[in-house]
Amino acid sequence: MSLLSPQFSPITRRRLEVFRRNRRARVSLWIFMALFVVSLFAELIANDKPIVMQFDGQWYVPLLVDYPETEFGGFLPTRTDYHDPFVKEQIDTHGWALWPPIPYSYQTLDMQMMRPSPASPDAQHWLGTDDQGRDVLARVIYGFRLSVAFALVLTAGSLVAGVVIGGIQGYFGGKTDLIGQRLTEIWSGLPVLFLLIILASFVQPGFWWLLGIMLLFSWLGLVDVVRAEFLRARNLEYVRAAKAMGLPSRLIMWRHVLPNAMVATLTFVPFLFTGAITTLTALDFLGFGLPPGAPSLGELVAQGKNNLHAPWLGITAFVSLSLMLSLLVFIGEGLRDAFDPRHIQHASSAQPGTDTRTKAHA
Amino acid sequence: MPDDTLLRLDELSIAFDDVTVVDRLSLEVRRGETLALVGESGSGKSVSALGAMHLLPPNARISGSYSLGDTDLSRMKPRDWQGLRGNRVGFIFQEPMTSLNPLHTVARQIGETLRLHQGLSGRAARARCRELLEQVKLPRPDELLDAWPHQLSGGQRQRVMIAMAIANNPELLIADEPTTALDVTVQQEILALLAELRDHHGMGMLFITHDLNLVRRHADRVCVLYQGQVQETGPVADVFQQPRSAYTRTLLDAEPEGRPAPAGSQPLLSAENLSVAFSRPKRLFSRRPPPFVAVQPLSLRLARGETLGIVGESGSGKTTLAMALLRMTPSQGDVVFEGERLDRLSGNDLRRRRRRFQVVFQDPYGSLSPRLPVSEIISEGLRFHHPELSRDEVERRVQATLKEVGLPANCAARYPHEFSGGQRQRIAVARAIILEPELVVLDEPTSALDRTVQKQLVELLRDLQARRGLSYLFISHDLAVVRAVAHRVMVLKEGEVVEEGSCEQVLAAPRHAYTQALVAAAGLMPNVEGA
Repeated sequence: MSLLSPQFSPITRRRLEVFRRNRRARVSLWIFMALFVVSLFAELIANDKPIVMQFDGQWYVPLLVDYPETEFGGFLPTRTDYHDPFVKEQIDTHGWALWPPIPYSYQTLDMQMMRPSPASPDAQHWLGTDDQGRDVLARVIYGFRLSVAFALVLTAGSLVAGVVIGGIQGYFGGKTDLIGQRLTEIWSGLPVLFLLIILASFVQPGFWWLLGIMLLFSWLGLVDVVRAEFLRARNLEYVRAAKAMGLPSRLIMWRHVLPNAMVATLTFVPFLFTGAITTLTALDFLGFGLPPGAPSLGELVAQGKNNLHAPWLGITAFVSLSLMLSLLVFIGEGLRDAFDPRHIQHASSAQPGTDTRTKAHA
Repeated sequence: MPDDTLLRLDELSIAFDDVTVVDRLSLEVRRGETLALVGESGSGKSVSALGAMHLLPPNARISGSYSLGDTDLSRMKPRDWQGLRGNRVGFIFQEPMTSLNPLHTVARQIGETLRLHQGLSGRAARARCRELLEQVKLPRPDELLDAWPHQLSGGQRQRVMIAMAIANNPELLIADEPTTALDVTVQQEILALLAELRDHHGMGMLFITHDLNLVRRHADRVCVLYQGQVQETGPVADVFQQPRSAYTRTLLDAEPEGRPAPAGSQPLLSAENLSVAFSRPKRLFSRRPPPFVAVQPLSLRLARGETLGIVGESGSGKTTLAMALLRMTPSQGDVVFEGERLDRLSGNDLRRRRRRFQVVFQDPYGSLSPRLPVSEIISEGLRFHHPELSRDEVERRVQATLKEVGLPANCAARYPHEFSGGQRQRIAVARAIILEPELVVLDEPTSALDRTVQKQLVELLRDLQARRGLSYLFISHDLAVVRAVAHRVMVLKEGEVVEEGSCEQVLAAPRHAYTQALVAAAGLMPNVEGA
């Protein structure tokens, strides 16, 4: 960090400093980043195929390539089921296989299980299985990744749309603002949930469908914030100076006004993010979300509700969701404080910079 | 020691963390006199007054002894302070816009101190409030009792502040730059009022200011502060006649002086029947009220290398006029720049012309983007108007311009917050002149600066004008600065030109009553050249 610092403007450096001092936010950020990076490699952690294997002296990478069962002494030219006892035995006798730590993917049905599903946690399934015999831990890992990816794309999309629309309204003001405001008001009156439910009846909503529909509405919350910031900033003297210099509006907005608005906007982002995750989970819970089989935390919640006699389902869903959302909220709080110019650090660490400023006024 | 000493500071030192801001300050304020504490910004004058009243943040360390009458303030308990501040000591702050609570009516603001210190409430408090408003000579006190701060003008708000300060008949009144934010004519009224109240109540007054002009007229004794150290203390007449310390002499000499070089006669900018009107909001189902006319139709012309001073108090429309000439605000009438009708241009055509008329704004803190380094700020316009220039060439021109405005070359990579007000204003000038404009509009460029810095900036501006043949439109309320810069002056009042003519003539022999009041308030009468 200290190597990078000189490149940042002093305001940015102060914010980084405030954020770094907030231990809860900093630790949350690290945990969340670690979890997310780990979940990005979910295929290496939880999969129903070995990562690499050797068979009759030859190398195979089942993780990347689908081999037919005939390769390993089977009879059918179908995709190999590496959990098949026969295939397992063949591999053991003719070579070896390196399995991921969790030998199940999110949709692997464990055929070898002797117990009825949902099965309670044991050495095989660390968090048990759900009512279709799928490994819960594998589903949580994939579900986490899917939720975060969904929220990331949705947040990025809302940011772009919200900043552009809010920025144009705020910067030009007057009639543009008036008309734009009324249109967004009408638009925000549309019931999102009903729209999704209606839509679910004639298309099979997948990841991108859901994203698209939610993106139509999720930027609305940002518009007010960005618009207000642009309205304020367009009367700042350095913005007027840029206008007097003859710079075109888009350059002024980009270089002078947007950095101002980003403060308010970035503060908003973590909460947009948690909102996106919650909405996706809620839709999945109701059954209007991702297609059946997709690894989703909402579906896990629904399973927990339907199988009260299998508490590991509900508990897992609860813990993973609440952990993820709490981490995000902590990070969001840290960001908010870092961007708050009135945020005062504890007396022992008061910044010399703020002092000189108060003195300058004296 | 005479009996009538009211506030006594003895070797008072104040430090923030390890930085000493006030260094062994000793002074005393006597009953019935005004002691002026004078210094430039950062000299520690406000801090020492606040420090003596324990109004500083907790990281300030105060040492030395200080007392009010018989009370030793350095040994006061926190609880006792509350009985002292606002009761035995009244405060008036600089910013009348922000020192009143916008959500409380006048009666409530004043009533609060009455309730706290005298236990007055209800009708008794209201009667006392009314009495106070009369004392500070506010018109229509009955109506104003229920007025909100935003309904009052700056001068009126300051009077309300004074009413609050004297509500409990304090022994000491601390006025921290009480008139800095006000127009010159209002300043005189407020200070006259303060002097009258001081005599009436027998208060001592500590008057903190940077304006020597005001000290000369309104204080009995003066204490000059420089970087937290006392330079000189004594009766006003003595200090002004025979300043003993070198710093006092620089302060006294800091009045901008000299005259601009003679101007050419080739016309550059002219306006015919230019007026600006803002439409007022229309209520539903009612007729639109007549527009507010900020600038009445007027004509002006400006030659190459000439400076036209536009003078007036706040609200007189001088900035609006300049913005109209720059086509930054909608206006009616013709604006001709170098034989071309600017008012007919718009969009890209206008933007391309903007290179030739630049502007420097008043506030050196607000006019530079805090997020960009100085080199970016200065080169931004250059890169837009001359995209053909190479990176090295832009860099070279930035360096040359920095040198021209008297800034060191190494400041290009730094950020605006690292500079003082005067340096920032130089950066703003550099940003304007790097585009090689022919006209620069200077909108109160000196009013946020200390006198000594003002003088340097005025010299820089004159120098640039002589070297580059620039024309200036110089907006200011400060006649001393205008005299040092402008060839001609135009006096505006409520959007109307009340007087116009060559600078010497208007300032030496003002014809209009308003101009006369301005000149008198600026204290220029006795020493105008040729008067």
